[in-house]
Amino acid sequence: MDDAVIKGAGYILAHVPNLTYEFGTTQVLERLKSPESPYLAKMKEHLRTYEQALAYPPFQVYIGNLHPDDLAAIPRPWYEGEKVRAERAGRYGEIVPEDEFYAWMLLVDTFDLVWLDEDFLNELKPRLEKHPLITPPDLKKMLNGKKASDIRTRVEAGSAAPLYLGERLVGCVRQAHEVDDTLKAHVMAENMATKASAVLALRHLLAQTGTDPKAIDYIIEASEEACGDMNQRGGGNFAKAIGEWCGCVNATGSDTRGFCAGPAHALIHAAALVKAGFFKNVVVVGGGAVAKLGMNGKDHVAKGLPVLEDVLGGFAILVSENDGVNPVIRGDSFGRHNIGSGSSPQAVMQALVAEPLERLGLKLGDVDKYSVEMQIPEITEPAGAGDVPTANFKMIAALAVMKKEIERADIPAFVAEHGMPGFAPTQGHIPSGVPFIGHARDLILEGKITRAMIIGKGSLFLGRMTNLFDGISFLVEKNPGRKEAVGADEAALKKLIASALRQVAAELTGGEG
Amino acid sequence: MDLENQARIKELGEKYGPKELVVVLGSSDPDSAELAAETVTAGDPTYAGPLAGVPLGLPVYHILEPEIKEKIDPKVYEEQVAMMEMVLDVGALTGAVRKMREEHSQL
Repeated sequence: MDDAVIKGAGYILAHVPNLTYEFGTTQVLERLKSPESPYLAKMKEHLRTYEQALAYPPFQVYIGNLHPDDLAAIPRPWYEGEKVRAERAGRYGEIVPEDEFYAWMLLVDTFDLVWLDEDFLNELKPRLEKHPLITPPDLKKMLNGKKASDIRTRVEAGSAAPLYLGERLVGCVRQAHEVDDTLKAHVMAENMATKASAVLALRHLLAQTGTDPKAIDYIIEASEEACGDMNQRGGGNFAKAIGEWCGCVNATGSDTRGFCAGPAHALIHAAALVKAGFFKNVVVVGGGAVAKLGMNGKDHVAKGLPVLEDVLGGFAILVSENDGVNPVIRGDSFGRHNIGSGSSPQAVMQALVAEPLERLGLKLGDVDKYSVEMQIPEITEPAGAGDVPTANFKMIAALAVMKKEIERADIPAFVAEHGMPGFAPTQGHIPSGVPFIGHARDLILEGKITRAMIIGKGSLFLGRMTNLFDGISFLVEKNPGRKEAVGADEAALKKLIASALRQVAAELTGGEG
Repeated sequence: MDLENQARIKELGEKYGPKELVVVLGSSDPDSAELAAETVTAGDPTYAGPLAGVPLGLPVYHILEPEIKEKIDPKVYEEQVAMMEMVLDVGALTGAVRKMREEHSQL
């Protein structure tokens, strides 16, 4: 059986400073503790404009306009000045502004929960009309506005979560139930934003790869959100809810969860489903996490930085049958953090990185690029969490020293060659291994690299069900070609068997006669 | 240090006291190691958690300090800690924790 291939990857960001201020957990908790919080007042001054977000180099890498290695050459801080071209559209997707994102939330809402001001929508109309991924029926639904007064009434009554643009109330997300906490307005706003960002990512993927949405036969959603009601809090199937708005009428689907490691698990599921022949085209998709917006905002504001966690991320990856061209997800390359693996960083890296390579007879240096938790370092450093990707690359380099592949003095060179600067927003599952898949696919197709390892890690203790760690990894490699030769042999073999059977039959007949 | 962990350490610290309980840290960042060491000795300097104003005075070490390293089976240390020892700034981490221990531990 041939390995599955990665046929394409879509990546989007939604720049949402107002959602950050209203709904990010850090801000929500602060508001609960002290409504007159100086942090909240000061935070507004630290929110970036859309143009500033567009000019942020890591975001341009995320949507594919720059290569991750280009970032290393751009002096930090990256948030100061305009160091790269501020482009909305990228090779893999786009950075959508908040006002348009609200319209996407309205589009994907099937229960009349998202209400947007009709005047606001009329102002937005010319831009929505120009968007290449918005169809006329989409536009009709997106322009279905409500009276500003009706929106204000709901928000003031507390039955709806407000959608602001600065001081202007332009819409709301209504509660879906009067008493059910899992369907309250805040949760519905979170889930709608997750769904909308995932839909946008999937539409970009389909458009870029020229894939007929009807050809998708399975969707795996891999975010960290839960949708359901009080009787089944994480009931799920964001997957079908997303596919419904992307024309994937022939697809079924389900959700896979594993904290930040979710997408890596989901890609392995996708590769297995395709390799086994159960489905031909499987999409792994994930939308953004509203709760994590402005998560480290207090540190950013205290240290005079802009609030750098002001975007929702989204990704969609198409895993398909071997076409002999696209890079494969190597089916024998999985690195697993098992229940008995142990939780020390060394045990984790041994299980995820060293063990699968040893099994395949490969050295750590044989992997051209490693993709780990690719958080943007200048987001995490002010909060005391350090440069997460670099710390991971150093651990891999240290394993190479322990295995006597390199000298200790070579660690920095190994990190520079096999790693890259972090370029993904701190949205949990969004930076975890998957942001590099689009770049890895391109680099492999261009012949610049032959092999990348994608590593997903998850902090399961957060759910208080286990103290176990989690992680899973796999190799993406240059396509070795289709196993057509084997196919030809099979045909020859069938002929041989047929001829042998005929001979036996003839002999048997002869014997009897 | 998160509030839940502070609550657990407070309970254990009050139950066993500094003669019976040692805190071993594994932080990878010197600043957070220092903060954690201060929290379990002098009390939570951020005044956010249950250990605010509670000087438990527990002996506290970083796992990379020689006092701890020599008590661990070298084979286990090699399997579990050697990689991080190579990656982390051992001097800064152990210095930060030692400083807090010497200032505030009751032992």
